[in-house]
Amino acid sequence: MADKNEDETTQSDEGTADVKTASARKPRLASRYRAAALIGVLTAALGFAIAVQVRANSQSDSLSNLREDDLIGILDNQNARGDRLRQQIAELEQTLRRLQGSGDRNAAAKQQAEQDAAALGVLLGTLPATGPGVAVTITDPDHKLTAEDLLDVVEELRGAGAEAIQFGPVRVSTSTSFTTVGNAVAVDGTVLSAPYRVFAIADPKTLDTALNIPGGVAAATRAAGGDLVVDQQDTVTIAAIRTLPSPKYASPAPH
Amino acid sequence: MIAALALVAGIVVGLLFRPTVPTWMEPYLPIAVVAALDAVFGGVRARLDHIFDAKVFVVSFISNVVVAALIVFMGDKLGVGAQLSTAVVVVLGIRIFGNAAAIRRHVFRA
Repeated sequence: MADKNEDETTQSDEGTADVKTASARKPRLASRYRAAALIGVLTAALGFAIAVQVRANSQSDSLSNLREDDLIGILDNQNARGDRLRQQIAELEQTLRRLQGSGDRNAAAKQQAEQDAAALGVLLGTLPATGPGVAVTITDPDHKLTAEDLLDVVEELRGAGAEAIQFGPVRVSTSTSFTTVGNAVAVDGTVLSAPYRVFAIADPKTLDTALNIPGGVAAATRAAGGDLVVDQQDTVTIAAIRTLPSPKYASPAPH
Repeated sequence: MIAALALVAGIVVGLLFRPTVPTWMEPYLPIAVVAALDAVFGGVRARLDHIFDAKVFVVSFISNVVVAALIVFMGDKLGVGAQLSTAVVVVLGIRIFGNAAAIRRHVFRA
């Protein structure tokens, strides 16, 4: 309000001066233009400053306008927040490691189960198998070999440790049957005729020895007028598979 | 009239050019703006009171800005910059309100 009073006194002074110099109109006019221009420049500067300040204030980087104390406070807050977040990160990383550990254990168990399943599949004849073994050719020109003789071959191979056996086109497993059908032999219902081809996977030498043991199946075959030839091979592939019936009555007993 | 047009022109120029505030000016610009606003309101009031004088306006405008900036500057040097800025804004705000009230009485007769 003091300013206003000052304004008024000045103004009244000017007013009397105005009356005194009323005749000198021209210089007055020039000075009024100058004053108007000055006022215009000042108010334009004000508008410019307002716009600049509003824009600067509305920028996201409002930190640049803050004072030291405020900045220190904000910095403290950010540090505390950073500490909290770092703690969270540590906890989450720990959780991650724990979960990864259990995941690894699960994966290992799964891998173990898959390996077991594969091994069982090979032994049960549900999966193709490959490995060292023998290819046996049994000829029987006189048709004297009975189902028992052929079963003896399989038993001999089993006794020698054969892990997978294919008799003709049939995969041999625990439930494989050898039956006499008329003059021929059927394996699991598939009628076969000589010469018979038998593949077995195990140590080839052991298999060979087992088949050719004196008084063994080879001798019996030759006694029947046929022949049994064992061919040791580095890689025998048994592609024939069998499907297992799912148990109808039996279920796994809890242990 | 010229003042109003110049104000608008200044705002438009400021919006168009988007200048960044220099760092040394940052603490003073808002205070200077408020001080200048006070001078403008005083000028409008004087105009309505038929006692407007260009010289007084120009001098009060510039001195307001300079003094306000000076006070903030001294406050910053003395370590009470934030408080002095608040004080300046409060005082200028009161003056602006007073002037606005006077203008209102002139314009609305109430």
